[in-house]
Amino acid sequence: MSTAHDTTTAGAAAEPTTRVGKAADYLDQRTSIGVAVKEFARKVFPDHWSFMLGEIALFSFVALLISGVFLTMFFEPSMALTEYHGEHPASAHGQTMSVAYASTLEMSFEVRGGLLMRQIHHWSALIFMAAIVVHMMRVFFTGAFRKPRELNWLVGFTLLILGMAAGFSGYSLPDDVLSGNGLRITDGVVKSIPVIGSYMSYMIFGGEFPGEHIIPRLFTVHILIVPALIVALIALHLFLMVLHKHTQFPGGGRTDKNVVGYPALPVYVAKMTGNFFIVFGVLALMGATMAINNVWNYGPYDPSPVSAGAQPDWYMLFLEGSLRLMPGQGTEWEIFGYTLSWNILVPAVIVPGILFTFLIVYPFVEARVTGDKREHHVLDRPRNVPVRTALGVAFLADFILLAAAGSNDLIATHFGMSINQITWVFRILFFVLPVVAFVVTKRICLGLQRKDRELVLHGNESGRVVRYANGEYVEVHTPLDDQERWLRVNYDSPAPLEVEPKMDARGVKRKGYGADKRWQRLSRFFYEDRVEPVTPAEFAAAHAHGDHEAIEAGGRQAMPAAVGTGRTDGTDSQEH
Amino acid sequence: MKALAARRHHRLAPVVLLLMALLVTGGVYAALAPTEAQAETVSTEDIETGKKLFQANCATCHGPNAEGTEGVPSLVGVGAAAVDFQVSTGRMPMQANGPQAMAKPPQFGPEQTAALAAYVSSLGPGPAIPTDEQVDAELGDAANGAALFRTNCAMCHNAIGAGGALSEGKFAPALFDTSERNIYQAMQTGPQSMPVFNDANITPDEKRDIIAFLVEQRDGSAGGASLGSLGPVSEGVWAWAVGLGLLIGAAVWIGAKSS
Repeated sequence: MSTAHDTTTAGAAAEPTTRVGKAADYLDQRTSIGVAVKEFARKVFPDHWSFMLGEIALFSFVALLISGVFLTMFFEPSMALTEYHGEHPASAHGQTMSVAYASTLEMSFEVRGGLLMRQIHHWSALIFMAAIVVHMMRVFFTGAFRKPRELNWLVGFTLLILGMAAGFSGYSLPDDVLSGNGLRITDGVVKSIPVIGSYMSYMIFGGEFPGEHIIPRLFTVHILIVPALIVALIALHLFLMVLHKHTQFPGGGRTDKNVVGYPALPVYVAKMTGNFFIVFGVLALMGATMAINNVWNYGPYDPSPVSAGAQPDWYMLFLEGSLRLMPGQGTEWEIFGYTLSWNILVPAVIVPGILFTFLIVYPFVEARVTGDKREHHVLDRPRNVPVRTALGVAFLADFILLAAAGSNDLIATHFGMSINQITWVFRILFFVLPVVAFVVTKRICLGLQRKDRELVLHGNESGRVVRYANGEYVEVHTPLDDQERWLRVNYDSPAPLEVEPKMDARGVKRKGYGADKRWQRLSRFFYEDRVEPVTPAEFAAAHAHGDHEAIEAGGRQAMPAAVGTGRTDGTDSQEH
Repeated sequence: MKALAARRHHRLAPVVLLLMALLVTGGVYAALAPTEAQAETVSTEDIETGKKLFQANCATCHGPNAEGTEGVPSLVGVGAAAVDFQVSTGRMPMQANGPQAMAKPPQFGPEQTAALAAYVSSLGPGPAIPTDEQVDAELGDAANGAALFRTNCAMCHNAIGAGGALSEGKFAPALFDTSERNIYQAMQTGPQSMPVFNDANITPDEKRDIIAFLVEQRDGSAGGASLGSLGPVSEGVWAWAVGLGLLIGAAVWIGAKSS
């Protein structure tokens, strides 16, 4: 690529001399690819390790595709019954099982490299989902979903859901007891949907559970529909990323109108290639050394047995936990001969519904309550948007709590606790923990913002104590350098929305006043408590000896006294 | 006349026939009936030693004659197998009251355990300690054992016997380190929360199949480190801690490399 780039830019007059150069010239004369190479090679990307989290997801998806193609060569998606006669494992000799399960065993024990590929595929799936979640957290907490990227956030959200769908459909294919248990729960969840539930269940399974159709159907979903959609949406996701240009972290010289970083070629091409091989290496290492989903442990599917420790893969664990926490008594109602199963509907439909709705609407709600229609290309530091950060942490806390609840039996055995008590503690924490997480996070953010103000106004404590001629002792403060100061003063701290009065000039009630009022209330929730960045006037005042206290008293009523007064002694004698 | 004579039999013939039928029935019964397997003959000396040990170590709770006290079961009729299981795994004598008696290093040696077993089985007939042949994993069929384990045991002990939780702090222990004899005895006597799987429910041969299946699991997983054989939760923990941990570490490293 490098040579191609060089030769095309060298001009038409100079004939390429090297072999690569000639090949590149041949290609360029027929496709004009040099234009694209030039454009992309010079495209500037900002530098930060957290921008590589999405790459990890992308590269594990590539690993999924490659290993998945291999597995497709040997897997037979059939629920027909067969008797197993492979040599390994001994616990399957002569057992009756579905062809799908038998082909999974043969793939693992007879096909060279088959087990390795299966394990790489499964580990890649877990890492794919984990990387998506971590990437999403980065985007959320830094506000990278703001205009113009709201739609790309939705594309990313859809990829998360598709990743879950891919994981779930793949998990069910081997037709072992564990995956069958998962399908049975799905069947129950579908049946809990009022009125249409039982019809939908019959439609999905082609009759009463488990039927004879579900494995072939899931196979089509798993190897055709979902991957095709994921590939298409990844393409769209990346296209939009290039179109919008990548966001950058705040810092000196970085604005919403520029991108500070390095050109794609050679810097990011090298970094991405390196990351690609590292991802593949780690996945191969995991597949080679750590057993995952040993389906022969669980045995061929039979609807009667359920083993202890039956759980879904981690990204579905929050649903399992939500089901485990829901009390059963009194939550199943019978109305006119129809059963309404709140015990399934609430944990398996409503709880994930709340989480997913939050993820979908959040960018739009935040833009609305901020009254913000500008484009943003510089990321927020999480502390500078305390309520967003706190909401994210609250939802994350409950997500993790539910995953822990889904593992309550393992927590009980491994920490010697009573499963009943764990369940009750989790039931209470489900409501209490998000509130506590919200309040604590918001306080920490506001505290960090105040600390930033403090640093900008007064600098760092140097530890050097000076005694003046008049006997006064003071500690010398070192002022921040320009880069550090830029980082701490260049952020927005929007005030809650202002609403036009209820009556217009003629005393007529204004239409839409009620809605405006509600938005204002939500806006107050977001921005009532805030810490304004230091203004140039405040900064100048703080650095002009002696008279800055007047400014602090007059200009910063919103600030708690602790920020200004506690350090007054030190700043008075700050050296510049 | 000759034909008539041939048909006529002695008047005692029905009696003889009846006796012979009884003899055959009795013989077949004797051959096929379940025997009280008393593998080793126990001497009265053993029983005496056992009684002394019992009175010194067990009688506080189980009563001076093993008749049981309030909340503590009687040991009359539990058999040698139950005593051997409880004492050789260290569960008895119990160290402390808790959700269930915990396994710990045994307090008595094999001879003392045998004496205790002899004493308790002398109080009333019960299941005997299985023979070595009965618990020999080599003779069992792991595939049949797997199927039996799945339907009878896995809901508490996990799919391959890694253990699982029960209510109120009780648990079904992992079976990876349990001896073959103890596994058999547990099925036979149903210690603590475990149900009894008697010989009509799971035959001795089937018990041996289950043992064969469990012993097979001790070779580890074909896929590498078994991660505790706990299923998707431990896999998820490892995916995050090792997999994503390494990858994020690498990303930080690549990001920190000056461009």
